[in-house]
Amino acid sequence: MNKITTIIQREYLSRVKKRSFIVMTILGPILMAGLMVAPLLVSQMSDRTQEVALVDDSMLFYDRFRDANNIRFTHLPASIDQAVELMQAGRFDAVLHIPEIALEAPSSMRLFSEKATNLNTKLYIENILRQEFESLKLGAAGIDREILASIQTPVNIHAIRIKKDGLEQADHPEVSMGLGFVSGLLIYIFIFLFGSQVLRGVLEEKTSRIVEIIVSSVRPFQLMMGKIVGVGLVGLTQFLIWIVLTFAIVGSVRAAAPGLFRFTPGDQVYVTSSQILNPQELQARMETVQQLNTPAGEILAGLAAINFPLVILAFIFFFLGGYLLYGALFASIGAAVDNEADTQQFMLPVTIPLLFAFIMAQMVMANPSGPVAFWLSIIPLTSPVIMMVRIPFGVPYAELLLSAALLVGGFILTTWLASRIYRTGILMYGKKVSYAELWKWIRHH
Amino acid sequence: MNYLLQAEQITKRYANHLALDGVGIEVPRQSIFGLLGPNGAGKTTLIRIINQIIAPDQGRLLFSGRPLLPEDVHRIGYLPEERGLYKKMKVGEQAIYLAKLKGLGGPRARKELRAWFEKFDLMPWWDKKVEELSKGMQQKVQFIITVLHQPELLIFDEPFSGFDPINVNLLKQEILDLRSQGATIIFSTHNMGSVEELCDDIALIDKSHKILEGNVRQIRKAFGGQLYQVELEAGTKLQGLLDERFELIGSHSQDGLVRARIRIRGGAESNDLLAKLIPEAQVLSFQELVPSMNDIFIRQVTGRFPAGPLSGGADLRGTEQ
Repeated sequence: MNKITTIIQREYLSRVKKRSFIVMTILGPILMAGLMVAPLLVSQMSDRTQEVALVDDSMLFYDRFRDANNIRFTHLPASIDQAVELMQAGRFDAVLHIPEIALEAPSSMRLFSEKATNLNTKLYIENILRQEFESLKLGAAGIDREILASIQTPVNIHAIRIKKDGLEQADHPEVSMGLGFVSGLLIYIFIFLFGSQVLRGVLEEKTSRIVEIIVSSVRPFQLMMGKIVGVGLVGLTQFLIWIVLTFAIVGSVRAAAPGLFRFTPGDQVYVTSSQILNPQELQARMETVQQLNTPAGEILAGLAAINFPLVILAFIFFFLGGYLLYGALFASIGAAVDNEADTQQFMLPVTIPLLFAFIMAQMVMANPSGPVAFWLSIIPLTSPVIMMVRIPFGVPYAELLLSAALLVGGFILTTWLASRIYRTGILMYGKKVSYAELWKWIRHH
Repeated sequence: MNYLLQAEQITKRYANHLALDGVGIEVPRQSIFGLLGPNGAGKTTLIRIINQIIAPDQGRLLFSGRPLLPEDVHRIGYLPEERGLYKKMKVGEQAIYLAKLKGLGGPRARKELRAWFEKFDLMPWWDKKVEELSKGMQQKVQFIITVLHQPELLIFDEPFSGFDPINVNLLKQEILDLRSQGATIIFSTHNMGSVEELCDDIALIDKSHKILEGNVRQIRKAFGGQLYQVELEAGTKLQGLLDERFELIGSHSQDGLVRARIRIRGGAESNDLLAKLIPEAQVLSFQELVPSMNDIFIRQVTGRFPAGPLSGGADLRGTEQ
């Protein structure tokens, strides 16, 4: 036992002290935060204003084009040829030509430009024209646009989940989906990342032949488990630092710019169904609903409804379980082959279930309590990824426990299999190993 | 006889072949025991079984007269033939790590290592990465790690590979010192010269069977077949001088002396031959011709002596008597 601790220590410290680990650990949360903030910043940056010349031979639409924040329209009472010349001289970026017959043949309209057409400009123009055509046609049919507008009703259903304890809770499938997908993806990446570290570590020990020296001191199983546990702890450390750093970053951004987090969710999201609402409460609820109507408020309310302690605990458990299960298999591959190139043939059957789980995540999100979701979150090979996808949607505790128990059983089984391959393979050189050979190693002792 | 290690009737079968078939060895305490054999004979398998890296299918191992226990790995030091170190790890750190795996405490490991590193001029390399060391220096580090925990039994598999002649001598001296300090050493090599130089006893394994064992001197003597080389003053006539107890294998004159090879037949001793010669001629030298371990190895494994047979070969090496 003492020796296995020594091995774990070495495996852990040698990795944690690496510069790449430190950089990744600090950069990870910053990168993630950056990924979230970058689109917002980009969308606020305005492009150079596009100058568009209008040549409206039909004289129906020229005064209908309102300038947008980066598109400016200029009505040009000239011929299209002159307008194109002006564009070529650099006065305009594009020329919109509306011929006389535009009303009868909308497809006769043209947008000329020297460089590639700006997609936003094209969409904007199309949008205006579509509205104008509609108005003209409605007018011709004797329908007023305002009447039409009053008929159109925006619909946005608020999903409410009624929980077992009689509480209602606003349901936010988009938020659950996002969180489920991100945590499933993280598990998938973590298992791959740290599993292949185990593989490389075992292979390094084998090819450098240091294993020959070590196995005279410790049993091969101790060496294998020491490595798997040590690398697993590295993963756990990284994850925990990420969580802490992310919360720290979010917290400090919140303190620095409270405007971004206008909506601070509280107890008012939860309302007992049987409660008779008095006017004040009704008022409060209305405000909540109004706040919920903004997309940011909806996301924040959705996040508030997530049981984060459960998600984090489950993540740690399913990461460790999945990692141990796959880590043992990765270790046995490292022991069975002589060099990195030979790992390919054995990697495939190990990566396929993991890859399959990741691909199926999409389907599981669409129906998080269906039979596909259930079975994939129970079978140990896919459960780490799929269960994480399901948890934000709410999973019965019985299913969670069953899945957890099977995962524990699963990694005990793979560790047992792997240790048999490992102890034979690690001292075997210069031989291309086949599956039949591996099977012999497992059976023979 | 006081044996430190006894392996009895060891049999080990792999999926496709029999690696060891009822092989037994007995290693006397505080001696150097040569474990010899061609490639693939089963030596490494036997060594791994002694190190408890793999378990034998049949047979048993006794350590100091009682069955070998898992904890005994702390009392054994093993330098494998194929050996390496973590390339990216610092030399000192790595040596301490490997010493800890052998059950040595951190502070003690550090202290012992310092002494050995000083002795082998490795101290300046303590904080360097292993990949910065030359192969010879890495081999020295591995040797130190093997002996550091002062094991009772040391197993060296081709310890001299990768060393220059100066360091080979340094290492030989260390091995002899370790024996005189009380260690028992199993020494596996293909270098028969060093076997003659270092080993007290040997066992020769071929095709998973033990085919020869015993004291090195006695084995060589037995294979020698009472053959002697004498150098006499020039002009000595040997014909008629010898009776039927002695057989003249050949003689020739060279450098102003007569060199002859004589086999002594049953019953006679070397002194009888000398007694016969001394009254008749000036004896300049007299030595027993014993085959080298190299010749014995080849003869035992291939069934015949190498080119230049024992009876007349010019490449025969002798031991001063």
